[in-house]
Amino acid sequence: MVKQVVQLRINGEDYEVAVEPYRTLLDCIRDDIGLTGTKKGCDLGDCGACTVLVEGKSVNSCLMLAVEAQGKDVTTIEGLAQNGNLHPLQEAFIQYGAVQCGYCTPGMILSAKALLDENPHPTELEVRQAIAGNLCRCTGYVKIVEAIMAVAGTG
Amino acid sequence: MRFEFVQPSALQEAMQFLASHQDEAAILAGGTDILVQVKQKKRLPKYLVNIKGVSGLDGITYNGQGLRLGALTTIRTIETSPIIKEKYPVLAEAAATIGSVQVRNRGTLGGNLCNASPAADMAAPLIALGATARILGPQGERTVSMEEFFAGPGKTVLGPGEVLAEVAVPPPSPRSAGAYIKLGPRKAMDIAVVGVAAVVTLESQGDRCRDVRIALGSVAPIPLRAKKAETVLRGQVVSYDLAVTAGHKAMEEASPITDIRGSAEYRRDMVGVLTRRAVLRALEAART
Repeated sequence: MVKQVVQLRINGEDYEVAVEPYRTLLDCIRDDIGLTGTKKGCDLGDCGACTVLVEGKSVNSCLMLAVEAQGKDVTTIEGLAQNGNLHPLQEAFIQYGAVQCGYCTPGMILSAKALLDENPHPTELEVRQAIAGNLCRCTGYVKIVEAIMAVAGTG
Repeated sequence: MRFEFVQPSALQEAMQFLASHQDEAAILAGGTDILVQVKQKKRLPKYLVNIKGVSGLDGITYNGQGLRLGALTTIRTIETSPIIKEKYPVLAEAAATIGSVQVRNRGTLGGNLCNASPAADMAAPLIALGATARILGPQGERTVSMEEFFAGPGKTVLGPGEVLAEVAVPPPSPRSAGAYIKLGPRKAMDIAVVGVAAVVTLESQGDRCRDVRIALGSVAPIPLRAKKAETVLRGQVVSYDLAVTAGHKAMEEASPITDIRGSAEYRRDMVGVLTRRAVLRALEAART
């Protein structure tokens, strides 16, 4: 199979990779680029562990082909901390105990970031709707919602 | 997952390719259905034809003629569009029930319809709104009403090389309103056990129902218009009891199956309940 060269901008850095057309953006980010903060859960768009932002919008990177991301701006969890300082959402997740096993956390935080970028002062219902596509099997969601609401309150 | 990737830049090119590889090619729009089907080996197309590079299939326009939705319009755009929320809130309401934000950011209207699930959440409200599908193909252009667009589970009336280009919705009538009720164990990330859409139009004065359209999802091989239930209500002042009677008619029209999401008996009962509720909710909204 002929590979295609794809240019991606991930967390502000430019990458050029050669991928098969059926390679998902998820596998490309994890295995070709080596950013393993983005998690592979169900690989079918159900669990949200692979959530990244493409042009600021949250997507399941397992349901997007790498070739479809040509020229696009992608944000992964590695792109949130700035100059060694964690993003306020990351700080809040730690402070509120919103992380247990941690597998859902990168996707959860990116879904929350997409929400707050669009709607800085969401209601609790809006927060819950925004993370409806991110499964967490540990926390019961309460602490996650509290952490996001805490950041929204200070926004 | 393996396929060859075809990226036509013009619609003509896409249609020619699809026409000459009809059994081997599938269209990639948003990818939220087709990529799952390919990963699960439910469909194994040799070619995946990415139509996102084709111009003229995207965008929302609204004017005196009504609403036009390009096939590549994302579900999220429909959910959040100010003009849709103002003029056709039932469409935004139905869009919000699909998948997650992530799925809605990728999934498209054309994909939701052409995947042709009997449970497709955009289908019932579009049928109830009297929408039409504009289809382009090697033989030119044709228009099909939304209720005639579906041919069976996973099947539409699209012929070889034909592409759904656009969905057109007539302008909303004065004193009309719609409702879409989706039944399922979760409010997100799930397929409807039953979905019912109703659009009610009242006479310019008073409480008489000038027109009504009802469509049912997940209870027949296709998203189904419930014409007998409509007949019960049209021209009447709709009471609670009359809405119950319409619900009973809709139950007769439905032909549900038993599957993992629900039994045929349960689905049929819920068609009655949800038809009544959708009609009464639309009626209430049309009055105000």
